[in-house]
Amino acid sequence: MSLNPRRRLLLASGLAAVAGAFGLRAFAQDKVIRITAKKFEFAPSDIELRKGEPVVLEFTSADVVMGFSLPDFKLRTDIVPGGFTRLSFTPDRIGVFGFACDHFCGDFHEDMTGTIRVVG
Amino acid sequence: MTQGIDRREFLKLAGVGGAVFVSGLSGCAGMYGGKEDDFYFVQLSDTHWGFKGPALNPDADGTLQKAVAAVNALSFEPDFIVFTGDLTHTTDDPAERRRRLTQFREIVGGLKNKNVRFMPGEHDASLDAGQAFKEFFGPTYYSFDHKGVHFVAVDNVSDPQARIGDEQLAWLKADLAKQDKNARIVVFTHRPLFDLYPQWDWATRDGAQAIDLLMPYNNVTVFYGHIHQENHHMTGHIAHHSAKSLIFALPAPGSLPKRVPVAWDPAQPYKGLGFRGVETETPLEIKEFPVVKA
Repeated sequence: MSLNPRRRLLLASGLAAVAGAFGLRAFAQDKVIRITAKKFEFAPSDIELRKGEPVVLEFTSADVVMGFSLPDFKLRTDIVPGGFTRLSFTPDRIGVFGFACDHFCGDFHEDMTGTIRVVG
Repeated sequence: MTQGIDRREFLKLAGVGGAVFVSGLSGCAGMYGGKEDDFYFVQLSDTHWGFKGPALNPDADGTLQKAVAAVNALSFEPDFIVFTGDLTHTTDDPAERRRRLTQFREIVGGLKNKNVRFMPGEHDASLDAGQAFKEFFGPTYYSFDHKGVHFVAVDNVSDPQARIGDEQLAWLKADLAKQDKNARIVVFTHRPLFDLYPQWDWATRDGAQAIDLLMPYNNVTVFYGHIHQENHHMTGHIAHHSAKSLIFALPAPGSLPKRVPVAWDPAQPYKGLGFRGVETETPLEIKEFPVVKA
């Protein structure tokens, strides 16, 4: 089935919301890291996590559609204004891992990067 | 040879530019015959017309004109010239985007060679799905044949999420299906089709699908831009070559914590900027040229 980008985005957002709803009980026990994306930064942009400790990354956008991509852990999600998307995540290795916005959002899109530091 | 210069002479040009890079399957030399059809093309990329940033390029309003003059001064005549995206620097203002595209078109109109092909980058096309680009330069993806080489321009920027998309992938599959498995195929695109460094958004979300479509073909080379520096990479037998920018350079993939542009060096102005000539004899010869001779 071929979907245009807008339909694909809406579907992805819907699936993320459903996943969030069904995962609430598990999420409730996990540490939640709230991350706001806005032109042109993530806040916070440097996040420290513990290896083996489950967390929920909860995203929202203050202005336009953004993306969050953490390639080393093959994690990504769309970030839509007016809503929340959640990623459940348990870092399984120590190190510093870069993330970036992967939805072109304007002049300083390339500055929308950050790091997740996983400690023991 | 058709343009009054032979390969040895092209290689000698290393004295005024960068190193010559050999691409493709050297074992296939002579496989395609028709040496008389070999020719040259020039790739320019990432001109970012409209960019302002004196710390990175105090001659942002003049570098493109210098590049046009440098191409016009080449000692060989390319058959065509291709711009592989980010013709303009992005703006949220649709009127300003069109003003920049207008100015860009006027400046590159100064190229002596009028056979010029254009492609969008994300700065040109990602905020309006390529609408303004199409008004000025036509389709964002296309193919053409020239002297026995099949050229394919792949758009991985009109979708702000860096997808080629199912529709274009279906078109690519159908386009390639007309080619012999030993055809000489050159792909132009803006972003890397492979995961060069997705931590800096240097990737195409569904680029692997395009590579899968290209993989059955024995003689494929990809030229792209986006990363503002030379990079040479193989995915199987497919060679990928990124081009320098004509506005500012970027650091090597993952070499710094942040993707911070390389500052302008007054002692070496225009360092890291340039364009390239490609000679299509098998294997391909790539020759890098500076904007301004040292």
